[in-house]
Amino acid sequence: MAIHPREQRLILKYADEPGYTPHIDSYLEKGGYETLKKAVTMEPQSIIDEVKKSGLRGRGGAGFPCGVKWSFVDRKSGKPIYLICNCDESEPGTFKDRQIVHKDPHQLIEGMMISCFANNVAKAFIYIREEMPYGAKILDQAILEAKEKGFVGDNVLGSGYSCDIVVHRGAAAYICGEETGLIESLEGKRANPRIKPPYFPAVLGLYNCPTIVNNVETLCNPIHILKMGADEFAKIGRPNNSGTRIWCVSGGVQRPGYYEVGEMTLGDLVYDICGGPLPGRKIKAIIPGGSSMKILKNGDRYKGKNPDGSEYDWGLEDIPLDYDGIAAAGSMSGSGGMMVLDDTVSIPAALANLMAFYSHESCGQCTPCREGSLWLKKITSRMVHGQAREEDVDLMLSVADQIAGRTICAFGFAVAWPVQSYIAKFEEEFREYAAHLSDPNADRQAIKELACNG
Amino acid sequence: MTFKKMDLKPETLAEIEAAIPKYPEAQSAVMPLLHAIQKDQGFISNEAAEWVAEKLGIAPINVLSVVTFYPFFRQHKVGKRHIRVCRTLSCAMAGGSKVCDKMLSEFEAELNQVSPDGEVTVEFAECLASCGSAPVMLVDEDLHENLTVEKAKEICDQIKAEGTK
Repeated sequence: MAIHPREQRLILKYADEPGYTPHIDSYLEKGGYETLKKAVTMEPQSIIDEVKKSGLRGRGGAGFPCGVKWSFVDRKSGKPIYLICNCDESEPGTFKDRQIVHKDPHQLIEGMMISCFANNVAKAFIYIREEMPYGAKILDQAILEAKEKGFVGDNVLGSGYSCDIVVHRGAAAYICGEETGLIESLEGKRANPRIKPPYFPAVLGLYNCPTIVNNVETLCNPIHILKMGADEFAKIGRPNNSGTRIWCVSGGVQRPGYYEVGEMTLGDLVYDICGGPLPGRKIKAIIPGGSSMKILKNGDRYKGKNPDGSEYDWGLEDIPLDYDGIAAAGSMSGSGGMMVLDDTVSIPAALANLMAFYSHESCGQCTPCREGSLWLKKITSRMVHGQAREEDVDLMLSVADQIAGRTICAFGFAVAWPVQSYIAKFEEEFREYAAHLSDPNADRQAIKELACNG
Repeated sequence: MTFKKMDLKPETLAEIEAAIPKYPEAQSAVMPLLHAIQKDQGFISNEAAEWVAEKLGIAPINVLSVVTFYPFFRQHKVGKRHIRVCRTLSCAMAGGSKVCDKMLSEFEAELNQVSPDGEVTVEFAECLASCGSAPVMLVDEDLHENLTVEKAKEICDQIKAEGTK
């Protein structure tokens, strides 16, 4: 994919360069593994401190500070410490980790080895989704190449530190992106998320040993933090939002794709870089960080107070494109999977599509989620297929409210947030459906295709 | 069809033997073993689940619970080509449903069923993590991107041509 002039590429710097391949020689030509060579001569704690100082936040969804996560690891238990790279990339709208794994796998491996060394990790795993079979093969091959050169395995670069990386393939279950579900899956079980407390991975993770679970993009960053220094790294982006982020834009824009950028606004990304809506259309709403995140409506004003007491009053396009900016607008940057809905999209049909997804992907462990997600699928489905009932809007809200916060893992919020936010922002559209058994003017075929739920 | 005893290809057995020692605990190898067996035999039979359980020293129910949880593991045969069309929002907005309809009509197949000629099974899949090039689908291990009904037809023609070879 062509690099847009407004991008600031750190992680994907070489990925799309002509002639650049996943082979180790390509990576070495660009100075690859030099940072690992430096890292293994450092004090492990000083690497953790540097990552902490950089302000790096997780790129997988929750945005938790990476260095702080590492500092929670129980180092006194006497048990081995594990690191798992979460490459499940299953949040709808997200396709960034795919680029790293397929085009620059050695960057991930170097980042993992630095992170493993810093945390005295005994063994590392890459949990990759089944739907990326070539990605798994590329990683296996890359690990072999890295072992031959002494970057992975026994006595890494003569440092006396040893650590192996194992690639583990999933089998098409969304819930494996949830870190404790992923751990269960890696133990060879159903991916039922674990309850916290006591199962905080940093203390009781894989095989009940201390475990770090980080996203692919997150794990590439320590290379760049050590290379440029935490202070320089922290200068990219606004304070508390340091580093670049790879945004994945799909849906109703002229140039969908992945874009790695520093500080900018949502409008810069969607209108300038992605070219705005298709000719003759308007942007209706944006789901900013993967399908679980609350929707942002175009035309709304996003107002509030900054931590310093000053006030902000943004249109959709003014929202700062980072963790805190999108949070201030009432949603989350999540996994960076941005879905743009233009004015041809029926919001109830889009919700019906997503409820079919969540209903399919609920692990079934918690009653509110297992039953509630199916109810929501059925209600949204009948709503868009001409059998809506007057009470449906309120019923949907009632079901969603009873799921959110009442489940073991955050999947409950992922089901509830779309329902709650789509109705809050587009209530008239839903009421219209409910009052008329469905939108009387609707293009039935188009709605059926969008809901795509049988 | 049932397997009285496991009749696995030598490369499958080699893959299985290589997978087990990668993990600190044997049960972790359940999924790699199931992947290897499904690739070899097309699906996971009860006998295969029992074989895996014995191989790893765990109870058969622990294997079956995994087989039945993960959508990719199946207990039935599929067509020679396994086609999975993404149905999630970005692909649906870009016309994934029409692509799926085309694949089905070309093979006179029903969704989730083996086509009458045995060539394909067409299914909907949830987000395949390639939303920027929507709509997409997997034909076995190959991802096809930026699909249109016309492109879908070309892929069908190719599958049919390869099937008659």
